[in-house]
Amino acid sequence: MYARWVLTALLAWPVLAAVAVLFVPARLAKYVALAGSLVELAISVPLWWTFEPATGMQFIVAHPWIPAWGIQYMVGLDGISLFLVLLTTFLMPLSILGSWSYITKREGGFYALLLVLTTGMIGVFVALDLFLFYVMWEVMLIPMYFIIGVWGGDNRLYAAIKFFIYTFLGSLLMLVAIIVLYLQAGRLTGTYSFSYMHLLSQVGLLGSGGTAWWLFGAFFLAFAIKVPLFPLHTWLPDAHVEAPTAGSVILAGILLKMGTYGFLRFAVPFFPTVALDPTVQLIIVVLALIGIIYGGLVAMVQPDFKKLIAYSSVAHLGFVMLGIWALTLQSVQGALLIMINHGISTGALFFLAGMMYERRHSRLIEAYGGIARVVPMLAAILTLVSLSSIALPGTNGFVGEFLVLLGSFRTYPIATALATTGVIVAAAYLLTALQRVIFNPLTQEDNKTLPDLTARELIVLVPLVIGILWIGIYPKPFLRRMEPSARQFIELVRPGATQNQPTMAVGGGQP
Amino acid sequence: MSLDLSSYRDLMVALLPELVLTGWTLVLILFVAWRHKTIRDLRVAGGLTLAALATTAGVTWWLWWNRTGVAGIAGMVAGDDFRWVVDWIFLGAAALTVLISISYLEREQLFAPEYYILLLFGTLGMMVMAAGSDLMVIFLGLELMSVAVYVLAGFDRRRARSAEAALKYFLLGAFASGFLLYGIALVYGATGTTNLGLIGAQVGLMGTPSVMLVAGLALLLVGFGFKVAAVPFHMWAPDVYDGAPTPVTAFMATGVKAAAFAALFRIMIQGFAAVPAWHDMLWWLAVVTMVGGNLFALAQRSLKRMLAYSSVAHAGYLLVAVSSGTSAGTSAFLVYVVAYTLMSVGAFAVLSAKGRGGESEVTIDDLAGLASRRPWLAFALAVCMLSLLGFPGTAGFIGKWYIIIAATSAGQNVLASILVLTSVVSAGYYLPVIMAMYMKPEPIEAAHVDVVLDRWGRAAVAFAVVALLLFGVWPNRLFDLARSAGDSVRPTMTTTTSGQ
Repeated sequence: MYARWVLTALLAWPVLAAVAVLFVPARLAKYVALAGSLVELAISVPLWWTFEPATGMQFIVAHPWIPAWGIQYMVGLDGISLFLVLLTTFLMPLSILGSWSYITKREGGFYALLLVLTTGMIGVFVALDLFLFYVMWEVMLIPMYFIIGVWGGDNRLYAAIKFFIYTFLGSLLMLVAIIVLYLQAGRLTGTYSFSYMHLLSQVGLLGSGGTAWWLFGAFFLAFAIKVPLFPLHTWLPDAHVEAPTAGSVILAGILLKMGTYGFLRFAVPFFPTVALDPTVQLIIVVLALIGIIYGGLVAMVQPDFKKLIAYSSVAHLGFVMLGIWALTLQSVQGALLIMINHGISTGALFFLAGMMYERRHSRLIEAYGGIARVVPMLAAILTLVSLSSIALPGTNGFVGEFLVLLGSFRTYPIATALATTGVIVAAAYLLTALQRVIFNPLTQEDNKTLPDLTARELIVLVPLVIGILWIGIYPKPFLRRMEPSARQFIELVRPGATQNQPTMAVGGGQP
Repeated sequence: MSLDLSSYRDLMVALLPELVLTGWTLVLILFVAWRHKTIRDLRVAGGLTLAALATTAGVTWWLWWNRTGVAGIAGMVAGDDFRWVVDWIFLGAAALTVLISISYLEREQLFAPEYYILLLFGTLGMMVMAAGSDLMVIFLGLELMSVAVYVLAGFDRRRARSAEAALKYFLLGAFASGFLLYGIALVYGATGTTNLGLIGAQVGLMGTPSVMLVAGLALLLVGFGFKVAAVPFHMWAPDVYDGAPTPVTAFMATGVKAAAFAALFRIMIQGFAAVPAWHDMLWWLAVVTMVGGNLFALAQRSLKRMLAYSSVAHAGYLLVAVSSGTSAGTSAFLVYVVAYTLMSVGAFAVLSAKGRGGESEVTIDDLAGLASRRPWLAFALAVCMLSLLGFPGTAGFIGKWYIIIAATSAGQNVLASILVLTSVVSAGYYLPVIMAMYMKPEPIEAAHVDVVLDRWGRAAVAFAVVALLLFGVWPNRLFDLARSAGDSVRPTMTTTTSGQ
């Protein structure tokens, strides 16, 4: 029973909660929103146990929607989307709780938009119909646009429209590609359907001609903007910095993953011949490498703490892209794990940046210094989270990046060697920032009276810290659930490629 | 039922909607001649107009329900689903215009019930245009519509801008009619007939089309290009849309445009399916119109001018549907026009509420902070803007999606790509409206206190918004209607099939 309604409930519930939030008095809005997001989390948690790793796509529900065009409401979940859905439902209550004191105007609207955003994000991850996917992909743009534009920083209007137009540009070309794909598959088989499985089964027939290149290009652009891949990343620092805390957390934690998810689910499996073309491989690996190293170097010189975190995202997502394109079991699983880790660690960093901003009203690193003595708890958590972002062994970051590097070395030895320097760069910028923020002498008067974390803020951060340590120490439950789907992804792209590959060095690959 | 147009009775049945509307218009003329003094008379005239439109829609529905068709191909009027569905669109656009006119006329002190008579005549002209399967009938309808709308554009005669709009529209409209007539004459010279069915048959037999025919076709396209405000024949549109009373602008942007497109579809598909040249002409026309309309709109500060240029851009999207030349294109046009009518009327209604007091110019920045003062109006305008942008969840998206499907299935992937790229540009002028309303503070306290719609205007806006959202999520009924209507306009010749 649970399998039949869970995904639909996950999509519908936030919208209902959003309506409720709009209609209760403004001072109650945040409580209702928190309750709504906790219920959403509660609905999603049993997925963790009921999910059968070996089954592949499951929890499938399909209903005709617009039969005239073969459009269905079809949703499902596999080992790739499972974690992204859980990450979404996990981060939402924290984001709402974390906005408690940050958002002071038009609270009802803010929390309602966050909830609608939840539906959009989960919809993107579970949609198995390309029309539905496209609708969800666009629908989540509007709440984010408003969250940045209404509740953002000083330069919010510019950031909001830049974010919107970048994403809109990519996605509209993808729209044309989806329609062309639909028509081609329809002509070949006589069945006109936007179903993911139907289109995927026609992949071989689509061949590798010129059309496939154009279509791949359109999908690539849409997803690469979202990831973001260098040089399409320029919207990201603006949007991350201007967005309110919850907006930054969700942008970094979940929205960026929609890009890499798109590559894993659509762009690569639909056009394997194009994706594996040596030139395309070269371009993407080089862009990923540029992202890793350039992102790190730019982060190093940022005076603004939020901007530093934003550029570190570019670097982390570069690792994910490298892992996806390396196409080994380890690298793909590592990429999936980084997607989750980045959501947790960078989410936590943005929460901390927001909490610091609420105390000091500055995002500049130089405004702080020596605050470890004043706010020991905040400093301790900031240290731990930074270390996980650097990928220190024992934290989640290490597991993901290690797997990606290990797996990618088999495919791209030189690129992987270069990517390793990205880890060093990460240590350089984050440790320097850490030193300047919490360790240097406490010189500024303003900083001497900062209050330490409140109970509410601890409730926001502790779950993230637990996540960091859990994946860092015992990632097996995650890897076990990912493995069959990662294997299936590789088999789709390069049949037979996973035959002789070692399964997980960490924890083995038993079911 | 199938009608034999040579019989008097059947001809009456085929023209029943037009006859009913004419009857009502005459009743209204009598009423106005007799009672035209007080505000109450004005309101009664508005009510009568709504009744006239409703009855006509009912009659049209009866004909549609009975699957009325016309026997043979050489009739002067067509009787197909396309005509009935397009009629509903005209009648709906007119009814929405009436709803937003009621308070506007009183506010701007235009106490002249003749307004409604002209509106009905304009609607009648549109219906004749959509009905005509003969170039002369189409021209007749076009003139009937145009003359009424020329007067409507200058209806606010005390305002210089309105008079200027009317004069400009009249002069350029006369030119357009001239081009059209000349085109009809050349086509007649080349084929010996003005009947679309017979033209289609002649052209099919002709093989390579003669120079005279292609020249005639080009002139026809120029004439229609003027009427739908396609670039480079759009010069009149911004000034006229800007100067005309706002409800009239809404009527021009929706009804008049839809009528011109409906006639264009019928002419191109029934008459010229076998002439490949028009696909190329329309291809270029569509591209320049989309690019030009969107770029010009980007530079506007005045909301009304922005909407005027955006209407040019939307004409470009519709031209994409025309240039596909398939029945899917016709269906896409119908779906798109329904969406476009709803979103335009919604946007113009909110604009007319904001622009009170002698129609002072409303810039986009004037809307700053509207959302906190008038949340529902702001929400309605935001939905209309998103729909104009073609955002999923609104009818505008469904329409655009359909046009893209029609274009790509006709092999025009490049045209579809240009369409979406220019849509991205349009985000650059639709979003600032939303941005102003929601993200900027009210400039002075109580800047929007007097922005209100009366209940009729509210009803029109509410209807538009609900329909936009409903069709955005559940367009199935609309599709079925549009598909059968789109399929009903077919090329008349069957010997060669190069047009399909």
